[in-house]
Amino acid sequence: MSLDTPQVTTPEPLSRPYGIGPYLTCMKGILIREALRFLHQRERFISSLVRPLVWLFIFAAGFRQVLGVSIVPPYKTYVLYEVYITPGLAGMILLFSGMQSSLSMVYDREMGNMRTLLISPFPRWYLLVSKLLAGVAVSLAQVYVFLGIAWFWGVKPPPFGYIAVLPALLLAGLMLGSLGMLLSSIIKQLENFAGIMNFVIFPMYFASSALYPLWRIQEASPLLYKICQANPFTYAVELIRFAFYGQLHMTSLLVVAGCTIVFLTGAVIAYDPSRGLMSRKPAAGGNS
Amino acid sequence: MEHMEHIHPFPGGNEPAAIAVQGVSHSYGRHPALKDVNFSVPAGSIAMLLGLNGAGKTTLFSLISRLFGIQKGSISIFNHDIAREPREALRRIGIVFQSRTLDLDLSVKQNLAYHAALHGLSHAQTKQRIEAVLHTVEMETRLKDKVRSLSGGQMRRVEIARALLHEPRLLLLDEPTVGLDIQSRASIVAFIRKLVANQGISVLWATHLIDEVDVRDHGVMLRQGVVTAAGPLQAIMTHAGTLTVEEAFNKLCRKVELQEVLSHEP
Repeated sequence: MSLDTPQVTTPEPLSRPYGIGPYLTCMKGILIREALRFLHQRERFISSLVRPLVWLFIFAAGFRQVLGVSIVPPYKTYVLYEVYITPGLAGMILLFSGMQSSLSMVYDREMGNMRTLLISPFPRWYLLVSKLLAGVAVSLAQVYVFLGIAWFWGVKPPPFGYIAVLPALLLAGLMLGSLGMLLSSIIKQLENFAGIMNFVIFPMYFASSALYPLWRIQEASPLLYKICQANPFTYAVELIRFAFYGQLHMTSLLVVAGCTIVFLTGAVIAYDPSRGLMSRKPAAGGNS
Repeated sequence: MEHMEHIHPFPGGNEPAAIAVQGVSHSYGRHPALKDVNFSVPAGSIAMLLGLNGAGKTTLFSLISRLFGIQKGSISIFNHDIAREPREALRRIGIVFQSRTLDLDLSVKQNLAYHAALHGLSHAQTKQRIEAVLHTVEMETRLKDKVRSLSGGQMRRVEIARALLHEPRLLLLDEPTVGLDIQSRASIVAFIRKLVANQGISVLWATHLIDEVDVRDHGVMLRQGVVTAAGPLQAIMTHAGTLTVEEAFNKLCRKVELQEVLSHEP
């Protein structure tokens, strides 16, 4: 390495974590990194699409005759089962993506990559929100690719529904991503992530209105119905379902927005160096 | 071994210390990792943080870089308290962690651009600084290569380049030569010393490899979370009654239990 030409000492560092421009630059950098990482992990992209498509092509086709849906809002006529579960499958992509993001944060923390983010001079909450938005942006792209394929399978909501559903997907993605971020702060090691799959993702997905309307669940089990009603994922799915038809489901909006605030606040506190859980754990990659 | 007094605990002159650590203690649950740590690093100098594995070096680095919150005591970077003014403190620090923190699937340029964004550098500044730092570490020809394709020594050079990207005034190096061959180690050590000589950057360098230490450096001796001596290494050696840094290290950093066992060996 060479330093033959003496350089002029800069009394102040170039780093300028102040003002709108640098803040936007920081967020853009985090977005670009998430997008590049996603593009480099083609298997992740394919698996994120295969999962809901298997449910759409195989599960929904098989259960079409078994599970009658009846006419429930926002539907004004009988709909095919494939049409009914599509909002739930969009929610499934967001749910798995949120948890995948959580997994990558635990992995990054173990491998040390997370430190490059956390030592930035920008406020910790801003870095976490930027990372969350970047993860949601990537998962939204996955949802729209899925909806495009579903269109060829005959799932055709009104054209304006594709635009109207965007804010609902964004909010649902933020809620599930925040939950993932909160969980990532609690998980001590990568190996513990399997527990998250069993205790968070699957119960959240199956105990919701993603696969069956709530009235059907109520008929089958009043207890399960109450569990589904207490599950924030149910409201994320209903928010998406109504938005597909240009309608706003106010209860779902309030629950999803409220849960997003709670989960995100919890994650910011957990990652805050002065109040969070991080300093109670020995640093990964170091000796002490 | 009796606890040694600090030798020149704080620098003289008008320039603020690059780092001033005062009364810092940290514990993981009930396990104490650092106990009442006090030392300072004068601006424009190299301070070697010496201690065995488990002495508390990485915990101390995590506190200085604000990965962990300070439970007790205070740490200032050029007079900016890391807890009260984290932005002002962190923008002055460049860090090379012990474990590799580059994204292997991204190119050298993409990794550096990401770091530049995390410091709010503009597009023009990013382009100019990436060219400059890669030239400094003689890696300009590997700009578009994926990090995965680099050798261990080359990755370390890129990590050092990344730490210098935003022109910090203090460089924190947490055992940066661990796992490297002799030639790569020597190259990195020489580079850091030239950097200090030519650019006036301050360095806090954690290591347990004595051959990386120069007797003209400052030193902070850490044993089981306790600073046993801090100040110019010459003064530490005189105070400890030793002729070499290695002897001083053995006397001040080795675990007491181990010394006792060795002293009873035939």
